[in-house]
Amino acid sequence: MDEAVLRTLTPTVIGILVRRGVDFATAEDAVQDALVEAVRAWPTDPPRDPKGWLIAVSWRKFLDAARADSSRRRREALVEVEPPPGPGEPVDDTLALYFLCAHPSLTSASAVALTLRAVGGLTTRQIARAYLVPEATMAQRISRAKRTVSGVRFNQPGDVATVLRVLYLVFNEGYSGDVDLAAEAIRLTRQLAARIRHEEVAGLLALMLLHHARRAARTAAGGRLVPLAEQDRSRWDTSLIAEGVQVLQNALARDRLGEYQAQAAIAALHADARTAAETDWVQIVEWYDELMRLTDSPVARLNRAVAVGEADGPRAGLAALAELDPALPRHRAVAAYLHERAGELTTAARLYAEAARLAPSLPEIDHLTRQAARLNADLRR
Amino acid sequence: MAKYLLLKHYRGGPTPLHDVPMDKWTPEEISAHVQYMRDFAAQLEGTGEFVEGQALSPEGTFVRYDGEGRPPVTDGPFAETKDLIAGWMVIDVETYERALELAGELSAAPGAGGKPLHEWLEVRPFLTVPPTISE
Repeated sequence: MDEAVLRTLTPTVIGILVRRGVDFATAEDAVQDALVEAVRAWPTDPPRDPKGWLIAVSWRKFLDAARADSSRRRREALVEVEPPPGPGEPVDDTLALYFLCAHPSLTSASAVALTLRAVGGLTTRQIARAYLVPEATMAQRISRAKRTVSGVRFNQPGDVATVLRVLYLVFNEGYSGDVDLAAEAIRLTRQLAARIRHEEVAGLLALMLLHHARRAARTAAGGRLVPLAEQDRSRWDTSLIAEGVQVLQNALARDRLGEYQAQAAIAALHADARTAAETDWVQIVEWYDELMRLTDSPVARLNRAVAVGEADGPRAGLAALAELDPALPRHRAVAAYLHERAGELTTAARLYAEAARLAPSLPEIDHLTRQAARLNADLRR
Repeated sequence: MAKYLLLKHYRGGPTPLHDVPMDKWTPEEISAHVQYMRDFAAQLEGTGEFVEGQALSPEGTFVRYDGEGRPPVTDGPFAETKDLIAGWMVIDVETYERALELAGELSAAPGAGGKPLHEWLEVRPFLTVPPTISE
């Protein structure tokens, strides 16, 4: 069975049910039930017309559920008397689903879960495994999210920025369990970019492609993190980079800069350098300046300090760092790196060890501890 | 089958044999240690005895209720504490002896100089549901 086909069909079929008068939450449940049945039945008995199959089975699931639940009889009657909506309505149901699932009334965890299910076509079990929570917990999170958006009109246009935020979160979660969330985020962003001409959608897609291109080079044996400067650049995926750069150039040509385009531009400059030494740090600092004008995000400021350290020397980097709140995540790690480059190895070793204790993930803890160990070993010689 | 928690902590237990902090090891020794832990978990998955493993950030805060309408009282965060729980692994094994055997194997993870760490691990059985047949 081609699960990708099945997943692509999901938002379309939800849209068709909604057009027949079924409310979003009920339609989504019916399609999810049909998906679960497809996963079971298609491997041995593949349908000739997957879309037709999914519509028919989803509709049957809806009718079964409506009949089983006497409180839903009124809704079933309503479906029978209401004429199907005619032309003149906005027709892109998939786009409408993106907006609904990223509705600002939802928490980000709920929006992520609902998007992966209703737009991505993942089953609750897959989403639960990806986020390492029990399936019942994820099911509850999704059903609460659906209740929250139940009053929102399906066709109401939303804010693209909220959708992009959700897709960005999915991408950043990376890879855990049996679902590759980064690849799924790229698929969903690609699908969105095909439906809406928006420079920041393109910017986010470019950003994802350019980072995804480095994935194989980012970890070594035993899950060890490999910093950008030490990555084997021959392992970067050149076709993803080419696509990312192309998408970014088209976006930038529209001359409406946004945070995702700026971040993608930085990633593109790294991708452009054949060796770490060839990196155009001066231009990267300029892009960080743009990014800070656009967002003023503390993470951007921290990364800017690193770039300043590369462009103008570690002292300049440390001066930039001194203006930032030391409580920022990864502040200590950046300080350690800049002190090492300034030749202050004892200070750097101490800061790496401190950074390791504050790090939010095991690979980072291991990496920073290893950095401290490397300097301590050098200092003993 | 019975579930056991293998708890790695530094509290109240016997004094460890080796007490060199990890940042004083060589990078290769750290890599060897990390690889050993990964292989151990993979081996238990292979035998069908692995349930889960988690690592904790060393930074923690104590919190308690402070009465109606008042925000909870906090103490901390403490980055360096003698009560540090580093992480745990949950296993589901046939016998208590098997749990001890596995804990021993985990404690043999290599440390400085590539020698086994001999780290103390606490083994705690999970409480179970009452049996259906009780007489």
